[in-house]
Amino acid sequence: MSAPEIVGAAGAASASAPAAKRPVRLTDTTLRDGSHAVRHRFTEQQVRDIVRGLDQANVEVIEVTHGDGLAGSSFNYGFSLVRDIDLVAAAADEAERARIAVLLLPGLGTVTDLREARDAGAAVARVATHCTEADVSIQHFQAARELGMETVGFLMLSHRIGPADLAAQARIMADAGCQGVYVVDSAGALLPEGAAARVAALVDELGDDAQVGFHGHQNLSLGIANSIAAYEAGAKQIDGTLCALGAGAGNSPTEVLVSVFSALGIPTGVDEEQILAVAEDVLRPLITRLPVADRASIVQGRYGVYNSFLLHAERASERYGVPAYQILKRVGQAGYVGGQEDMIIDVAIELAKESV
Amino acid sequence: MTTVHSIRPDATTSDRAGSGRRPTAAIVGPGNIGTDLLVKLLRNEHLDVHSMVGVDPASDGLARARSMGVEASAEGVPWLLAQSELPDFVFEATSAKAHEANAPLYAEAGIVAIDLTPAAIGPFVCPAVNLAEHTSEKNLNMITCGGQATIPIVNAVASVTRVPYAEIVATISSRSAGPGTRANIDEFTETTSHAIEKVGGAERGKAIIILNPVEPAMIMRDTVFCSLEPGADRDAISAAIHARVAEVQRYVPGYTLRSDPQFDDPNELWGGRGRVAVFLEVTGNGDYLPPWAGNLDIMTAAAVRVGELLASGRSVA
Repeated sequence: MSAPEIVGAAGAASASAPAAKRPVRLTDTTLRDGSHAVRHRFTEQQVRDIVRGLDQANVEVIEVTHGDGLAGSSFNYGFSLVRDIDLVAAAADEAERARIAVLLLPGLGTVTDLREARDAGAAVARVATHCTEADVSIQHFQAARELGMETVGFLMLSHRIGPADLAAQARIMADAGCQGVYVVDSAGALLPEGAAARVAALVDELGDDAQVGFHGHQNLSLGIANSIAAYEAGAKQIDGTLCALGAGAGNSPTEVLVSVFSALGIPTGVDEEQILAVAEDVLRPLITRLPVADRASIVQGRYGVYNSFLLHAERASERYGVPAYQILKRVGQAGYVGGQEDMIIDVAIELAKESV
Repeated sequence: MTTVHSIRPDATTSDRAGSGRRPTAAIVGPGNIGTDLLVKLLRNEHLDVHSMVGVDPASDGLARARSMGVEASAEGVPWLLAQSELPDFVFEATSAKAHEANAPLYAEAGIVAIDLTPAAIGPFVCPAVNLAEHTSEKNLNMITCGGQATIPIVNAVASVTRVPYAEIVATISSRSAGPGTRANIDEFTETTSHAIEKVGGAERGKAIIILNPVEPAMIMRDTVFCSLEPGADRDAISAAIHARVAEVQRYVPGYTLRSDPQFDDPNELWGGRGRVAVFLEVTGNGDYLPPWAGNLDIMTAAAVRVGELLASGRSVA
């Protein structure tokens, strides 16, 4: 579709001046979800350069953490080149207006890690659980609020359950002190109506108790379309990454989100020219391989496989001589959830045995 | 490594056992764990069941115990301690908070406590690793389910070579994660990490737990990664792992390797070290809890193993 024409058509059809549209808050997670795509090897200088650019473009929230959240540096998820707390401190030092967010996955990161992140300058705590397991986050939301942090909840692999069940999980987070709950399409598996139905169910359930957000991926090239659908269904927060840098096929590109919302007349507060500049001039030169919807990542979208599994599957593919997309397909069929990267090796060994 | 066969009787607490009867054990906490313990203890050759104790008169667990011919009371630990004949052992299957309150009472009454809660008042014990070091303790803590499943492997590797770092990933079925685990999941990661070092023998430990809701429920899976110095003896490590798996199988028959230990060459991303990865599956015995709840089964089986080894040590006296 052509956005400028839509804006023009809407304007022309209306006799009175178009009503101001509700703004949307964009959170850039290049330095968290994008960490997967660089195998958690961001340097402090890269973090500083990207944060400076995003801050100058007036992005309000910038997430900086290992791709799997605080304490994610591990054999299972990949070791960080620089400890994430040190990267958070550098980001907080560099940002003048933007607030720094960190991600925490209960079962991996702990309240102790969160406290350390807060001390390093993080102002927003984003706590992520599998979409059916919200109650493991209660202690972390309570701790984050006590630490004076803004709280955001992430219901990962949201496509796996229906809108009503997802809304019930969002309620658990909100009751624990979460101020905004995201529908997280971790596998890039949702279609626009599925994204909208889930967001609408959460808006309906949470009312004024918490905002609703949407975090999209590009496996089926629907990150932007799903974000628009989510906004129209009532989402007030949307995630993106520069140049789509992120797990699997990558995220909704922040610079495209800014451009599209601008074309729709929806205020983001982000400077359109500056965000294009930071994507083009700061991020792109740093990255040797940008995510793309290739066979393996499209399979992830179709089988609902957690996006950060992609590079791990490619490594297991090399090590055991079985195709990455076949590993991912079987991982999806088995119903593995975010964090079960170890099962990729297990599946690869199994496939290698079968092919003998 | 000292094997469990080297356990010797503890002379100081063998008074009741000296009467010629088998040592007895009470179960405090009539929930799922307590009931599974009861089923295991009722068929154990070394221990007799003393009673099942709870605090709720309407408890299904207490009713079940009575139906199995076991004395059961809803009047809590005060009832237990008022009995004319006290048990030799108590299996605590309540909560950390309850055990903190109960532990001094057991100690005063001379009852050995085998603690399945996260209270960790006594030393961490894994029967396939370090029970022999703690036979005279009055309070023994069973660590965590992920710890019982993975620490024997870490320790097997550490018995052959230096382990600068060990990391474990425990995945359990959502249905087997109780409200206690969910309310304080940090306790799992912190306790298990600590025990990987203290009991497993790794210089640094890390633990990760994942809940998976897939249906039919998935069987417990555990993965152990140990960092290895270049040139570590792979054959010796592999042999030690296989031997230790056999040792754990003596009390958890459903504890199996999914594949042979996987060795990876030293890698710059791993600080110039190599790695061994071990993939385990823990199928429960299906005593009271269903077979997929291997995480709960390995806790109750390990606890009963501790009780049985301590009790059989005493019977010899």
